[in-house]
Amino acid sequence: MLTLVLILIPLLVALVLLALRGGAVKRVALIASLAELALAVYVLASFQPDTTSQFSLSYHWIKSAGVQFAIGIDGISVLLVLLSTLLVPLIILSTFNHSYRNPSSFYALILFMQSALVGVFVAKDAFLFYFFFEAALIPIYFIAALWGGENRIKVTFKFFLYTIFGSLFMLLGLVYLYLQTPGTHSSLLTAFYGLNLSASQQGFLFWALFIGFAIKMPIFPFHTWQPDTYVESPTPATMLLAGIMLKMGTYGLIRIVLPIVPEGVQQWGLVAIVLAVIGIVYGSIIAIQQQDMKRLVAYSSFAHVGLMAAGIFSLTLDGLQGSLIQMLAHGINVVGLFFIVEIIFSRTQSRDLTQLGGITQNSPVLSVFFIIMVLGSVALPLTNGFIGEFLLLKGVFTYNTWLGIIAGTTIILGAVYMLRMVQKSMFGLQTTVTEQFTDLNLNEILVLAPLAVFVFWIGLFPNGFLKLTEPAVAELLRAMK
Amino acid sequence: MLSIISLSIFGILNLFLGFLKSRQVLLPATLLFLLVALVLNSLDWNDQALYFSDMLRVNNLFVNFSAIVLVTSLFVVGLSRTFGGDDEHTHPAEYYAILLFSIAGALMMIGFENLIMLFVGVEVLSVAMYVLTGTDKRNLRSNEAALKYFLMGSFATGILLFGVAMIYGATGSFKLGGIATYVEVAIRYGSVSPLLYVGLLLLFIGMLFKVSAAPFHFWTPDVYEGAPTIFTAFMSTVVKTAGFAALYKLASVAFGGAYGFWAQTMAIVTVLTLLVGNITAAYQTSFKRMMGYSSISHAGYLLLGVVANVSASPSAILFYSLAYSLATVSAFGVLMVVSEKKLYEGGADERYEAFNGLAKSNPLLAFVMTISMLSLAGIPLTAGFWGKFFIFSAAVQANLTSLLVIAVLMSCVGIYYYFRVIISMYLKPSDENPVIVSNGFKLTLLLTTALTLLLGVFPDLVKNIF
Repeated sequence: MLTLVLILIPLLVALVLLALRGGAVKRVALIASLAELALAVYVLASFQPDTTSQFSLSYHWIKSAGVQFAIGIDGISVLLVLLSTLLVPLIILSTFNHSYRNPSSFYALILFMQSALVGVFVAKDAFLFYFFFEAALIPIYFIAALWGGENRIKVTFKFFLYTIFGSLFMLLGLVYLYLQTPGTHSSLLTAFYGLNLSASQQGFLFWALFIGFAIKMPIFPFHTWQPDTYVESPTPATMLLAGIMLKMGTYGLIRIVLPIVPEGVQQWGLVAIVLAVIGIVYGSIIAIQQQDMKRLVAYSSFAHVGLMAAGIFSLTLDGLQGSLIQMLAHGINVVGLFFIVEIIFSRTQSRDLTQLGGITQNSPVLSVFFIIMVLGSVALPLTNGFIGEFLLLKGVFTYNTWLGIIAGTTIILGAVYMLRMVQKSMFGLQTTVTEQFTDLNLNEILVLAPLAVFVFWIGLFPNGFLKLTEPAVAELLRAMK
Repeated sequence: MLSIISLSIFGILNLFLGFLKSRQVLLPATLLFLLVALVLNSLDWNDQALYFSDMLRVNNLFVNFSAIVLVTSLFVVGLSRTFGGDDEHTHPAEYYAILLFSIAGALMMIGFENLIMLFVGVEVLSVAMYVLTGTDKRNLRSNEAALKYFLMGSFATGILLFGVAMIYGATGSFKLGGIATYVEVAIRYGSVSPLLYVGLLLLFIGMLFKVSAAPFHFWTPDVYEGAPTIFTAFMSTVVKTAGFAALYKLASVAFGGAYGFWAQTMAIVTVLTLLVGNITAAYQTSFKRMMGYSSISHAGYLLLGVVANVSASPSAILFYSLAYSLATVSAFGVLMVVSEKKLYEGGADERYEAFNGLAKSNPLLAFVMTISMLSLAGIPLTAGFWGKFFIFSAAVQANLTSLLVIAVLMSCVGIYYYFRVIISMYLKPSDENPVIVSNGFKLTLLLTTALTLLLGVFPDLVKNIF
């Protein structure tokens, strides 16, 4: 029941927002998202770390097709529910210094998006999962296309077509699986887990399902929509995309691909890991070349998600645990980084590293937060990124030493592009655009402070988070064997 | 069965209502007639019988298809308040009468048990459509479209009749049951008359022409573009639904035994239709012409259901026709009001640009159009999604993997051209004044949109019946 409330709060408030006008819209949206967060924290606190699905609800939605409205939270979804409820209030708060035209639609779309995202992470029925998966796309498309930059129409259209293309193949795979279920057919994910599929069936199902998620994350070579979309979207949309939405892809791999087609993963896992590792190195090298800060963070996100995918396909407890905690950590870091880029842009009208410099002289508080986020992102010990990347790399090493070594370059390359960004923007001489730079105001601190707290909290006490997910992940791996 | 008789009588009544010279009476009267026909149609539920000397078979399939045709016609008539306008030279009574006659023809096509009945139905429907296409008398395009449709259409009917004759020659029967028995026995003993195969192909070609499947589609874009929009809406929904009902009955009931013979041919036609319809639609600059090609592409998806030929096929085709008809009627409804306000090259502006900024000038119409486009594109939580879902499920059951991959790829192309309208409405600036629509019009559009969404969330509502 609580899970349903988690989906309904943002959905209903979004409908209310459409009717509201004026300054109240922002505040109502923020209050709703905070209420959602409070509920999620309550759910998290009463969550039992075992293999069961909790707070479940199931209702026969489409009887003739055996489709159920089945939702619930288990060890694999719990951190992602936390992620999508934690980040949205911060994203909404981050917009308070900026006035978007037609605010009621803007905030309503953000909340629609949140509702769909939570839905993806709690769905226990394959078609329900697919609906939420698609339903998340429509609001983010409109946010990006209506409030984005100059090339937004073309870029967001490409993004939309690309992801729909992937999810249609996923749908085909799900329909195929659904028709394999015995009797009057069921689309519950648990009904898919027990299917007796031949190796060749699993091979083709692997690709049908994998492509959908690979485009969403994105994994090399399906990533060409991503940098442009991130850059052209308004920053709140970029945060939603990079912070939460790309996790739909990695989550889908763990929830759908691994347990349903384990033999397919055995056959093609190596190919997937190699693609992911190529993405890590390729994304990092492009990030090093970037002068546009937003584009740089976009490529860094591409590189990081590659490592998450590689860890998942390593099929080790460490790799999967690492990817789950890294999804949370990466969401926090990337939202912080995009917000800081937006702060710099709103004051200097520039994201170009060649024009920036010396910001730290006027704004020490900003630079402290910036460095915290960057250190989290380059996986310095005691920060959140370290826990995730360490476990992920350990998993990939166990799978294949050479791939582990190549993937390990992410630590070095990540430090190169991130520290280069800090150095070029924060330090050095002040330039004409940064002379008048003012430090953070209260709103901005209120967004960045919780993020910074989480960077250290997860970095110092990862056990609390890892314990939540461990039984479910161990059970998943056991079932795959 | 009463529905066919009543529609014919109502059509004649409508002609006499024309003497009243009152436009206020005609529209409500026609709506009422259609409602009565719908009620009479539902009385036939669970009635398994043959009528008119075994020419017409009434069963639940007939009731369902007829209901879709009648409901769609209701919506089309609901949107038809503009045709004729205040023009002295228009004859609304005749149009409504012809509309009712053509629906009677469509019902005959759906219920036929005898190939002669099929031919009569096709002719009643087609001749009415030739006339309606040309109703915009002083528009050159409308005249051209009517002539083109008439020439091509009568040619196709000729081929159809030729096919019927050959099949009679081979089987000695006009009846579906008799043909089915012959096909089964002849195939078992390997003594199939070559006349049967030739006749079957000719018969299918005639029907494929009516549902505008490639490569028999060349008339479609021109006719759709030239005909007054209200009749384009009628043509692309009612005619298509009736055509597919007939094609399904022929393929599955009469020639189900010869599946091995026609499956390959129909599979090729399906692929061609999907490719031609979708890819050409992506290149159009005119929205109305795009809808013409899109109707070809939807014929492709429906054909997929026919080719699958499994027990789930008829209900999938029914659901798809319903979803497609609802979305298409709302799309053409919006086009009607938007295009008549704007001029382009001396005629109504039917390009994508006509929709620029509609979200600002009339958010309701933009919303209706968006839902309709999402449904046609097959996005979840609209009826169109379930239509595709059921059709694809049937195809998966029949192991048509390569056809499915093409269909999925083409759905992606479809999303491209349907979304161009949404982009125009929401993301392009407009300098036009607000578009104002009457209440009845609004109500009809809201009904079709609400139904599209309702069936998108609860497909069971009608799926249980189909």
